[in-house]
Amino acid sequence: MKTILHSMGMAALILTGFSVVGAGLVAVTYTSTKDIIAEAQQAALEASLNQLVPANRYNNRVAEDTIEVVAPEWLGTDQPVTIYRARQNGQPVALFATPYAPDGYSGPIQLLIGVYVDGTLAGVRVLAHKETPGLGDTIEEKRSPWILAFAGKSLGNPPLDRWKVKKDGGIFDQFTGATITPRAVVKATRKFLEYVQSHQEQLFAGDILK
Amino acid sequence: MIETGYQQILKNGVWTQNTGLVALLGLCPLLATSNSVVNGLGLGLATTLVLLMCNVAISLIRPLVRPEVRIPVFVVVIACAVTAVELAMHAFLPGLYTVLGIFIPLIVTNCCVIGRAEAFAFKNGVAKSAVDGIATGLGFLLALVLLGAIREVLGQGTLFGQAELLFGEWGKSLTLHLIPDYRGFLLAILPPGAFIGLGCLIAVKNVIDARTQRSARLVLSTWQQKFNESSPPPPQST
Repeated sequence: MKTILHSMGMAALILTGFSVVGAGLVAVTYTSTKDIIAEAQQAALEASLNQLVPANRYNNRVAEDTIEVVAPEWLGTDQPVTIYRARQNGQPVALFATPYAPDGYSGPIQLLIGVYVDGTLAGVRVLAHKETPGLGDTIEEKRSPWILAFAGKSLGNPPLDRWKVKKDGGIFDQFTGATITPRAVVKATRKFLEYVQSHQEQLFAGDILK
Repeated sequence: MIETGYQQILKNGVWTQNTGLVALLGLCPLLATSNSVVNGLGLGLATTLVLLMCNVAISLIRPLVRPEVRIPVFVVVIACAVTAVELAMHAFLPGLYTVLGIFIPLIVTNCCVIGRAEAFAFKNGVAKSAVDGIATGLGFLLALVLLGAIREVLGQGTLFGQAELLFGEWGKSLTLHLIPDYRGFLLAILPPGAFIGLGCLIAVKNVIDARTQRSARLVLSTWQQKFNESSPPPPQST
């Protein structure tokens, strides 16, 4: 009995020892890479924002000028969405957000949308999607210029009832073999524009919206 | 355990017992991330690094670990190594980290890592375990890169596309557009393409193995014939 207890104790001790050492090593790696990871993420964010709004149009640190909003009916997700604000000398220039098109062909499509303060689109990009390769992935900028057609559009241009793909009587192209994907992106973009239009002041102010 | 030399360890890891093509371990990452050379290379390198770290660590701590608790200890070591590699990749190769996504942390579940720990590193010294880790990793990397190359050429008509994710800005010049204005071949990029491609790779490997075996037998029999002619009493074959 005693030997069993003894060997059990030894085993537990060994395991505890290795767990503690292992956790320590992970903690060291984490602390030494934390800042580099944050920097890399910020650089990636700024690089993608600058595709939409040229870097010389604003001079604040966009990654730090953010608010969180929860608006499932507009932004396609019941999770909080971060809104980034670009300002030139304190004056609002544009805002960015990463809303979802919830009704993609194979699940939600995460977009990056930039809107100037006058309500025109700085542009739309696709951040993440699971659409069919070769069909629905035409929404990616590297595969087709389709997504670039949004830049400069606004809620009055085209009129609201033409904010659709051509098949539904709108002005935006669909792709051969894939209508659901562009339809979802167009709808999500329109919804986001409507959201920005109806909440503009709050979005540029500091509060958290519900 | 038969005493094995370094050359044998290398040959086993890269060819004879190749993780991807013979043992068929780690099929999930092999099939999922082999849609381009760069993705395959990225995951292959990460897996090799993890195998090397785990094999070295496990052969070092051998005297401290009792056999009853070795598996949980392996799990702790592997989890730590994978987490460290994941954090480092997130910090230094953020683009590739985004592309490979969940498959970096999932190296933890690649059976070949715990398999090498149990079958080799726990029974051998540090140097041999290190070589075994590198060899096994290289074998997996070879399978990933070959399959990635086949799928990328057939599927997209390019080679080394998006190399900037792995090598930085200058990697862009590595991208080869083999077929201009290629419309793409969807099957090669989708999962079925991965299975078909892997099947073809295994078949090719088996053909090569059969050839070398046949020629080895041929060499052996001619050598035996010569031996018989030169020495009158024929050696008893056992």
